[in-house]
Amino acid sequence: MAYAITLPGGAALADNLPTREEMWQVIQAQQAQIEALTQKVENTDEKVEATGEVVETIAESAGSGSTPGWWDRTSVGGYGELHYNGGDAAEVDLHRFVLFFDHEFTDDIRFVSEFELEHALSGEGKNGAAEVEQALLEFDVAEFHQLRAGLQLIPVGILNETHEPNTFYGTERNQIETNIIPTTWWEAGVGVNGELGGGFSYDLMYHSGLQVAATGASAFNIRSGRQKVSQARATDGATTGRVRWSGLPGLSVSTTAQYQEDITQGTGEETPAVLVEGNVDATYAMGPGSIGFRALAAFWDLDSSAAAALGRDEQYGWYVEPSYKFDTEWGDLGFFAQYAEWDNSAGDNTDSVFSQTRLGANFWPTPDTVIKLDYQLDNAPTAGAEDNRLNLGMGYQF
Amino acid sequence: MRVFSLNLIILLAAILPVHAADVFLEPNVFLAEVFEGDVPSPSFLWLKGDVKETAKEILGRNMGGLRQRYWQADGRTVWIVEEIGKTRPITTGISVKDGAVERVQILIYRESHGWEVRYPFFTDQFQGMTLDAERETSSRVDGISGATLSVRAIVKLVRLSLAFDQLARDGS
Repeated sequence: MAYAITLPGGAALADNLPTREEMWQVIQAQQAQIEALTQKVENTDEKVEATGEVVETIAESAGSGSTPGWWDRTSVGGYGELHYNGGDAAEVDLHRFVLFFDHEFTDDIRFVSEFELEHALSGEGKNGAAEVEQALLEFDVAEFHQLRAGLQLIPVGILNETHEPNTFYGTERNQIETNIIPTTWWEAGVGVNGELGGGFSYDLMYHSGLQVAATGASAFNIRSGRQKVSQARATDGATTGRVRWSGLPGLSVSTTAQYQEDITQGTGEETPAVLVEGNVDATYAMGPGSIGFRALAAFWDLDSSAAAALGRDEQYGWYVEPSYKFDTEWGDLGFFAQYAEWDNSAGDNTDSVFSQTRLGANFWPTPDTVIKLDYQLDNAPTAGAEDNRLNLGMGYQF
Repeated sequence: MRVFSLNLIILLAAILPVHAADVFLEPNVFLAEVFEGDVPSPSFLWLKGDVKETAKEILGRNMGGLRQRYWQADGRTVWIVEEIGKTRPITTGISVKDGAVERVQILIYRESHGWEVRYPFFTDQFQGMTLDAERETSSRVDGISGATLSVRAIVKLVRLSLAFDQLARDGS
């Protein structure tokens, strides 16, 4: 059914309406206007965006309090640790106070340094020392490959390159990375490092070597052989290589080998030295926290009759360290146990094996600050060398 | 001394032309991948009030700049953010869909160590994570030995992106 409604005067209204052609012209004019306005809005947006970026730049510049300069490419960091050792030691010591200064010359060339004051005071007759532990130039030479030249840390062990106090358990560093791997161990040299794919990375370094004494109480003692690049004898360099695999979350497996043709550097019987080291560092989320496990083993072979005569042609050490860390309302809390065994005179039949068991806890109020408490139980070949004691420490990193 | 010097020279001679920072994925390519080629115009979250306080709480410092750019479409927000690992910023792309992490991608890495954070085995751990009431991630991630600071930086950026996503959707 269809309806037709006719209004009075309908014919007159129809006469006043624009024609189709007129309507089309109006629509086209409006469309052109819309496009012009749209363009204008886009232009305005671009101007607002550009203005915003300029304002941000000015605000950032004002925030730094100055115009950009070389200092914008320089960064400062540091760490430190204060220790209390009970037992026979019974001492309190600002063990380390360290500052890092890094500077980027370009996006691809940078300077890295680490300056350390040990035991608070340095100078003649003082307990401590002021040491430069890193001063190197780093070049990004290819995608995923770098070259380093200068004074740098040897790529070995777990702690030698990463030893900020909030990164490890125990007030003092473990005995293996003290007596067998002489952490902190730095040398002057040239090295390359990078990635090999599949989670593998490598380090290869040619550098100044150790110089152990050939006679006396410290003969062929590895730790005493560090020259710390201080007018260091350089007749025999050493080569160090490391391969590391970290292809699974929370897991790192690493091995290092080093060769030095003569570890006496011509001051005694020629003694070729080989170091072989391996370690595992694992962390896995479990329950309310994460379980951790570290293990390391290192072995030195010093090939000379002079070293063999003292039983120091073979020196080894290893440790294992399980731990568990979890969140609390006040920060992270972690408990650990560590067993270490080492022998710096393993080449003879004399009992010269040391061992140490440590139990303790770390508390991190923030990830960069730590308070440490542990108890150590020593087992030495001679009773006088034991010092079972409580250790307490605090440390920070920034 | 002779042998030491010779080896040193050989290694020094191996220096190749220097190379730029490692760009794993250009930010615009990341955006195109996430939005399947149809990248929306950027939006901005102004760093003031709650937004500023939230950023400071998560990063532990005042966040630079006046606003944070982001891209939003189909219930998804995408953030390209930076945080310093040890000394240099790590540029990271993070996409959040319906309040949960959809994808984390390291875009530009400038630090000397800790490259492993770019591997999917690490970044995939964040998929599906949300933010809890304390603005922490809903679950822990397994870290990387020797890359503690880089890992910590990426976790902060994930928390920041999730918090910013909430604030953007609330209309801050």
